[in-house]
Amino acid sequence: MGLKYIQPAPGFKEYLPKDYVDLIDFGPFGKEIDVQYMGQYKEILEEHPMCAGCWMAYFVRVFYAALPNPEDTIVLGTAGCARLALSQAAVPFIYGNYGDTNAVASGLTRALNLRFPDKTKDVVAIAGDGGLMDIGFSMTLHSWFRREKFTTIMVDNEVYGNTGGQESGMSPKGVQLKMAPKGKKFDKIPATELAKLAGCVYVVKLAPTNVKRMAKVIKRAVLAARHFGPTFIHAYTSCNIEYSIPTEEVLKDAREREKKDFGFEEYMTDEVKEFFEEIEKKKEVKK
Amino acid sequence: MPEQKVVDTDYLLLEAPRERKFITGAQAMAEAVKRANVDMAIAYPITPQSEVMHLVGDLYAQGYLKDYYRAEEEYGTMSAIAGASRAGVRVFTATSGPGLLRGIEAIASWPGHRVPAVLGVLTRVVNAPLSIQPDNIELAYLLHSGIVLLHAENQQDVFDMTLAAFAISEMVDVYIPVAVATEGFFVTHAKGYVEMTPEDMKLPARDPYKAPVPVTDCEVPPARIQRDAPVQKSNFMSYLIHAVWQQEVWASNMRAMKYINKYLGGPIEVVNPEADVFVVASGCAAAQGREAVRYAQQEGLNVGLVKIKSIRPFPAKEVKEALKNAKAVIIPEHNIEGWLSKEVKAAIPNSGIVTDGPRVYGGMTLPVELIMEEIYKALGVKGKQRVVI
Repeated sequence: MGLKYIQPAPGFKEYLPKDYVDLIDFGPFGKEIDVQYMGQYKEILEEHPMCAGCWMAYFVRVFYAALPNPEDTIVLGTAGCARLALSQAAVPFIYGNYGDTNAVASGLTRALNLRFPDKTKDVVAIAGDGGLMDIGFSMTLHSWFRREKFTTIMVDNEVYGNTGGQESGMSPKGVQLKMAPKGKKFDKIPATELAKLAGCVYVVKLAPTNVKRMAKVIKRAVLAARHFGPTFIHAYTSCNIEYSIPTEEVLKDAREREKKDFGFEEYMTDEVKEFFEEIEKKKEVKK
Repeated sequence: MPEQKVVDTDYLLLEAPRERKFITGAQAMAEAVKRANVDMAIAYPITPQSEVMHLVGDLYAQGYLKDYYRAEEEYGTMSAIAGASRAGVRVFTATSGPGLLRGIEAIASWPGHRVPAVLGVLTRVVNAPLSIQPDNIELAYLLHSGIVLLHAENQQDVFDMTLAAFAISEMVDVYIPVAVATEGFFVTHAKGYVEMTPEDMKLPARDPYKAPVPVTDCEVPPARIQRDAPVQKSNFMSYLIHAVWQQEVWASNMRAMKYINKYLGGPIEVVNPEADVFVVASGCAAAQGREAVRYAQQEGLNVGLVKIKSIRPFPAKEVKEALKNAKAVIIPEHNIEGWLSKEVKAAIPNSGIVTDGPRVYGGMTLPVELIMEEIYKALGVKGKQRVVI
């Protein structure tokens, strides 16, 4: 139904801000636009206040471009860098409290299910390493144990960026950061392994180096969550400020990390695999 | 479960026939939930609250509620309540003492997030040392949260306040959560007579489009919804956005008063308005205050009671009016801090007439003798002119 609510009442359109009208006329709502056309249509996320060269901002932009059903999607975030961009996108966004995304999303998804059993309403929680794996850890894991049907995306910059560069559970061992003045003493939390153990039906680990693949897995994660259960994407989205990565080298850094410890991994249950194969088949028939 | 028919809110709360039952406070709360057309409840165990959410779980199993689950802990519970309410369903949860404090970051943000919800608070000691006994110190933490806070004296109040809470919370000019508090064990686990509306009648369902803020369901314009954007720029507009939003939350809290007047007979109850000495109390302490007034009457002493039902909004005007001719005011409480005493003293021009106490805490009962002692002192009664209690 989402498309209808985006359309202004007749006669009202000319009084709306240009930005909003452009979204209606040239935005992605109700269309399937390939991610390679980013920059050639009115995107859900445009201006944002994130740092120059921020790879997380790039990821968030691709995330919105890849949503299979943006007109019926609700995004949740928490404290951290990502929400600076998330809160400026043309999709309803909920900012709750610290690390609460997966609990709020649990209530929200269930309630939407009660009210609209026959409609598609996608819910995506997108938060940082601190939000999901430190302060919100129990809520993240328990939403997975309960098999709540929404997508969780961790934009992992390996640091508390927004509060000024403190160690997080996802910071690599040995790295010297604020609140880890002698270097971090333990390894990165194995988030994707935990996701699989906790019952996520679709789990991906990636470094944002391949935009088509990113878009594909984001779509897949949302679709699988819609039908089967919790899904999780762990994306390396470097902090070029706290890790002193020169702006022009963030992509190079992502490629290096991809070779080292962020190689692409995609896990799915048999049920989900079958589901995607069905979709692919139908697409081929169409062609 | 009987087939329930939807009846008008005013009819159910004010006119529907009532049947008398002898039940516990926990049962009274669940019986109200049963009649409130609740969509979803989220539970997490803590003594003495658990009994309430067990009973609500049974209601779910019987089909009165559409969804119910046991959450990971209270912060998760209260956050999920906010999520469900934003999506437009009617929600309920309950907690006690340490559980309330664990959930309070989320609870304190509910009013600002403009999420209607009903929260049962079945009071208990806040640690340490660990205890599960009744003590209502936790309510002090709710006073500054913006939430509407009702304090039930007995099982009847629990039923009436809980049922009315759902209606009040969703009024367009209120639209903030309502907490219904009562003392753990003393009320939750003890039986009393409760006049209840028929089991086969329920409140109308929540209408999420009858709201001062858009529901987050991708069904209503505008497309670009962010009801409560984080404002964090260091400029005056940011300060102003937060300031006016909070002003509106507290104005909403004040506006709940007209519905407290309508559905609960006002925020205070006055017994013997011409008295010289008043016991001012809320919750369970009001029941003991009522007893003290009865004893005093037998002894020929002119003592009255002001029971405060609504702690937020606080009925400062009504309390001031009720106490305008009082020579002395005694405020018995079930907590060490005396939060009610502070509220009352701030509401009257002559706070010197207030006796801070008696106070009991840690689970102690509040014997009527303790209140009588203060009454004797206030009236200068000496010797053995006392009713045997």
